[in-house]
Amino acid sequence: MIDAPNLPREPGDPAVRRRRMLPSLVWLVPIVAALIGLSMLVNAWLSEGPKITIAFKTAAGLEAGKTPIKYKDVVVGAVTAIALSEDGTHVEVTAELARSASSLTREDTRFWVVRPRIGIGGVSGVDTLLSGAYIAADAGSSEETSRTFTGLETPPTVISGMPGKTIVLHTADLGSLDIGSPVYYRRIQVGRVASYELDESGKSVNIQAFIDAPYDRFVTTRTWFWNASGVDVSLGAEGFNLKTQSLATILSGGIAFDSPPYNPGEVAPENAEFTLAPDQKTAMAPPDGPGQYLQLRFAQSLRGLAVGAPVLFSGVELGRVVSVGLDYDPTTKRFPTVVGIVIYPQRLGRAFDKLPKAEGGSPEHAQLLQTMVGQGLRAQARTGNLLSGQLYVSLDFVPRAPKVAFDATARPLQVPTVSGDFDQLQEQVSSIVRKIDKLPLESIAKNLDAAIANLDKTLQQINGEVLPQTTQTLQQAQKTLDGAQGMLGSVLADDAPLQQNLNQTLQDTRRTMRSVRTLTDLLGRHPDALLRGLPANAVPDEPAPADLSEDPVR
Amino acid sequence: VSAPPRAAQLGLVACHACGLACSDDALDAAHPRCPRCGAALHRRKPGSIQRAWAFLLAGMIFYIPANVLPMMYTDVLGSGMESTILEGVVEFWSSGSWGIALVIFIASVAVPCMKFLILGLLLATTQRHSTWARPERARLYRFVELIGYWSMLDVLVVAFVSALVKFHGLSDIEPRLGIFFFGLVVIFTMLSAMSFDPRLIWDSEKVGEPE
Repeated sequence: MIDAPNLPREPGDPAVRRRRMLPSLVWLVPIVAALIGLSMLVNAWLSEGPKITIAFKTAAGLEAGKTPIKYKDVVVGAVTAIALSEDGTHVEVTAELARSASSLTREDTRFWVVRPRIGIGGVSGVDTLLSGAYIAADAGSSEETSRTFTGLETPPTVISGMPGKTIVLHTADLGSLDIGSPVYYRRIQVGRVASYELDESGKSVNIQAFIDAPYDRFVTTRTWFWNASGVDVSLGAEGFNLKTQSLATILSGGIAFDSPPYNPGEVAPENAEFTLAPDQKTAMAPPDGPGQYLQLRFAQSLRGLAVGAPVLFSGVELGRVVSVGLDYDPTTKRFPTVVGIVIYPQRLGRAFDKLPKAEGGSPEHAQLLQTMVGQGLRAQARTGNLLSGQLYVSLDFVPRAPKVAFDATARPLQVPTVSGDFDQLQEQVSSIVRKIDKLPLESIAKNLDAAIANLDKTLQQINGEVLPQTTQTLQQAQKTLDGAQGMLGSVLADDAPLQQNLNQTLQDTRRTMRSVRTLTDLLGRHPDALLRGLPANAVPDEPAPADLSEDPVR
Repeated sequence: VSAPPRAAQLGLVACHACGLACSDDALDAAHPRCPRCGAALHRRKPGSIQRAWAFLLAGMIFYIPANVLPMMYTDVLGSGMESTILEGVVEFWSSGSWGIALVIFIASVAVPCMKFLILGLLLATTQRHSTWARPERARLYRFVELIGYWSMLDVLVVAFVSALVKFHGLSDIEPRLGIFFFGLVVIFTMLSAMSFDPRLIWDSEKVGEPE
């Protein structure tokens, strides 16, 4: 088969032979490549999510192409571009969301930048210290969708989908509360302040608070809410009072709530509205109802009576002092103190129900007051606390109060006053002092001085004359006693003749006694012996006990 | 001056493997083989232009995802980032590393594009039996063959780096799908260059005619 190369051959056609290859097989390669590319294109097109624009005040920490958007800590998109807004007031962040996260385009979806934050309430976003900031999202619930959003500057405290309940609190001022301030129930944190806004009227603040799930059932329609912010120090007529909720609330404020132990009411619905009381005592107090302004004129100075001091009626705190001021009385040329008080008749409780009903008409009030003044109702400024000197106003029936004319038509109504307990005491003390002052103390002192001088002389006399004599007498008495003691010693000695004689005499006496006893025994048994003489069987020498024992045997 | 006669004019066919000159009668067989080494015997690479075109097209198609898809995932201290080829170039350029940016740009963008153009030009002109600038075209072909191997530089860099940088939690580099497509681009352009028979450039030459 080997052709010799030197074999002469005719040069043939230079036709290059093209073998019919299988072009289809080779062309499969680009077709497959095109298919892969196409499928990827379709896939990308299908998985491409919506593009949104979020407005932020600053783009601190954000980076186009890097900063992710996270929802529930899952990356659902990324920032593609950051640009200044046309007016330059804010930053517009364009982000591309994954198709699966298209629910984030709902109109009320919230976006905020998670950066490391260190505040009084705590530290958050520590994970972003190393990884850099990211945009967090919280899907809304609206049906409408949007492509432009305004980002929150601070993270929201309540993430949608969290189990719990939102409530609305009305308060006169915000105090030290802030977004994120804790809400306590029995000193356990059960929620936080979600947001606050000024009421449209501008006269109160509406606070939205969120109570977490297991605890939200403790919020009932009759729950009391109060501001537990900071340290509640009060120095009033009740004394010194200090209350705190927890260390965190001292710094950042907080809200506490509680329900009436009996009859707590229904579980509150979503967005239920409550009043936020300034403190626990106010919160738990029964509703006050309409107040009644009264004016009191005190002749004496009222140092220690502060605005807000309690007004007590028969020991019940009926109201408080709202104003303390001076007035000038041209007739007496004095400056009486005018005290304005507001009383809440409903605080009387059961007694109020029994009082003659006044359907909002103040004349009835006035008449009632008139009769009570007639019975001796007087206002008094009393000392509530001797230590601090705080005064309170007491409305009480004073016996033997001087009659006072009461003008029921005067506005504001005036309640006559009497000076307070302490003032009366002061007057009594001063009268005593005055009496003491009147005593002729000087002459008494002189007389006393002379008397004391006389006494001194007398005592000197006693010292000089009487005392030496007394000593002598005592020495003599001592000698006498010593002599008596020696005599007694000689008499009482064992071998003294008196003692011997006494012993002998006693022995004689004993013998005599024995013979007498024998005689009586004999006579007892033989009484006839006195007349007939001694019987023959008589044994006069035997001791009586032996005879007596033998007798019954015989 | 007339050109020397062609092998075909002499009725000869050279074996591609061992260089044995055979009679072109052998080509009439169904599967012609070199009588000495047994390699397939053909005058020109069979289906050269078609194959080259097909591979070139496939390479060009894959070049799109290779550029669009991220090539590498870099995670440094928790901040992860995926980058495509061009992003990497721009990043290096803007950070001042012009040299690295230039190397990446040449290896990943300029060279593949140049290969596409050169191969496309060669194939188009050869298909039309053009006689235009034949020595230059031959030189271009040699150039394409030469740089073919070096186009894998990117793939190698990513493979090395992702294998070396594995500091769990601190930094991490992982390859992404883009580098796979880039590898395919390199392979297909090389296949295309291999399929092309450079002798076809000279087939348009009029034999025996003065140039």
